[in-house]
Amino acid sequence: MTTAWDKLRPYGMVAPAILVFSLFFIYPIFYMIYLSLFDWNFVSPDKAFVGLANFRELLADEDFRKVLGNTSLYTALVVSLTTGISLLLALWLNRSGWFHGFVQGAIFTPHIISLVSISLLWSWLMDPEYGLLNGILGWAGIGGLPWLSHPDTALLSLVLVAVWKGIGYNALVFIAGLQSIPADIYEAASLDRSRPLTTFRRLTLPMLSPTIFFLVVINMIGSFQVFETIAIMTGGGPVNATNTLVYYIYEYGFRFFKIGYASAAGVILLLIVGVLTLLYFRLLSAKVHYR
Amino acid sequence: MAQIELRNIGKKFKQEAVIENLNLTIRSGSFTVLVGPSGCGKSTTLRMVAGLERQTEGEIWIDGKCVSDTPPGLRDVAMVFQNYALYPTMSVRGNIEFGLKNKGVAKPERERLIGDISELVGLTPYLDKKPQSLSGGQRQRVALARAMVKQPKVFILDEPLSNLDAKLRSQMRTELIQLHKRLGTTFVYVTHDQVEAMSMGDEIVVMDKGVIQQADGPMAIYGQPANLFTAQFIGTPPMNVLLQEDMHALGIPAMPGVHYAGFRPEHAVLNPPDGTEGIMLRGRIATRESLGAEQIYQLELASGALVSVKTFLRPMETVEWAAAAIPAEALHAFDVRGNRVECSLNEWREAAGGGILTAAGAGGRS
Repeated sequence: MTTAWDKLRPYGMVAPAILVFSLFFIYPIFYMIYLSLFDWNFVSPDKAFVGLANFRELLADEDFRKVLGNTSLYTALVVSLTTGISLLLALWLNRSGWFHGFVQGAIFTPHIISLVSISLLWSWLMDPEYGLLNGILGWAGIGGLPWLSHPDTALLSLVLVAVWKGIGYNALVFIAGLQSIPADIYEAASLDRSRPLTTFRRLTLPMLSPTIFFLVVINMIGSFQVFETIAIMTGGGPVNATNTLVYYIYEYGFRFFKIGYASAAGVILLLIVGVLTLLYFRLLSAKVHYR
Repeated sequence: MAQIELRNIGKKFKQEAVIENLNLTIRSGSFTVLVGPSGCGKSTTLRMVAGLERQTEGEIWIDGKCVSDTPPGLRDVAMVFQNYALYPTMSVRGNIEFGLKNKGVAKPERERLIGDISELVGLTPYLDKKPQSLSGGQRQRVALARAMVKQPKVFILDEPLSNLDAKLRSQMRTELIQLHKRLGTTFVYVTHDQVEAMSMGDEIVVMDKGVIQQADGPMAIYGQPANLFTAQFIGTPPMNVLLQEDMHALGIPAMPGVHYAGFRPEHAVLNPPDGTEGIMLRGRIATRESLGAEQIYQLELASGALVSVKTFLRPMETVEWAAAAIPAEALHAFDVRGNRVECSLNEWREAAGGGILTAAGAGGRS
């Protein structure tokens, strides 16, 4: 016989998790959507309902379009460079030996350092007057680059930092993926007279596709939310050249106190990341899994 | 058709020598089985023939050509792996076709070869499937087809049946034997299973600790084992080995150089009828197993030594004590190092002759 307690017990068990999840994930999302329909300055007791005016204003804003463009360009560059370089590194590092172990450890280190420290470090390195990078370039006779101080190079400089930080982790995941490919498949290929490039194209790459896909999507989601490096290294400048979506939201929310407007931008970010995530899970389930 | 020769082959992994000074000639067109316990170097030997492992010393010759420095793809060998090693990214057709494509075989010719082979191994309905969706037996066939389609000089099979269930294994065993007959290609087959070795090979190479113990036909391996290792590795249960004190207790005469006497469990006659000739032994039945057609007993002799005796198509013995007669001609002799003693074996056997069992006392010499 089932008592009321038997029926309620499972709900009781999951209640704490549901509570935390609702409070810190579900509620903020809905509150943000709610706030995006109001004009509010964060402190005044009354909020003025403005309907979709925030969204209209946002989409008409030249700066916002620039920000979206920056974010997309930044994401495309970071994702393609990080994935490509890490794959090449992983192919090279996927063997034993102290040197390979050392390099693997070395390129992974940036992953465990706080982004704030990294940002400060690179700001010094990229200083046009006293920075190490221009020092080296000058010594090599190439001449210095303006790095973060010029609109043409600022975003690329940030991409450089993100790629530098990301390749260690990405290469590690790729190495794990490579090691999960059974060695006898390569032996069979060598008996089948397969050339290295053919083996890579016909066997390695397709068998790595779930790994590649996973990394591309998490790198995309991460890049769309870039914030720390921008806040510390450029502040979105010069002339909005490095202003991105999250930094834009931060500025409107917590510097100009246009909470409704910032929330509307937040809703758009949510949509973009939501679509990417959905795409990830849809494609992941449709993806062929070998083995 | 190709003869394979291994000349003074040595293989070290790091500092550890797995194989030292190995010499072996594999006859052209033979079905040669390398057999031995795990870690005996049989797979390593096979992989060196295929070129997947580089020998540290010595030379490998295939069909009169030294292939020591030839990459695997150019040695004209094909291999079937224990885990099949099919390409999961390609269909069955793609798997079979891959080697031909790399070799530069033209498309119509490829189509014809794939058609023939898949007909032969019964894969035609599955050509467009991925290997993951096939059963173990079907995957095995794909692996075979992939190897066969290249029409290699040498076929190398590394424990190809070990992942199949018992029924499918014996079926594939028969198919492989027929396949070998039809192709006439040199087959080199590795297994740890002595039954597989005996039933398939026309040449058996028994290995232990990286050293060839004996290379011979199956009946010679069984009938004239070159040493104690072969004697005890081939045959279930293994050959019984009597130490000198046991030999003395049983009245087997001493012969210079003979340190061990051996006999196979199936040659001993359990509870023999009166008048049976042979060496008599008597012991307590310690264990009894029945496999249906055959029964296996372990007799504990007075000295504490255990001796296996096998009977065929006889009811299970229920008595506690039993006698057994060993025909003198079934005795094998080994020296102190465990090597077979052949000289004056017949005289020794005659001298051992044994008594005639009487109703009065089993085990006594009359």
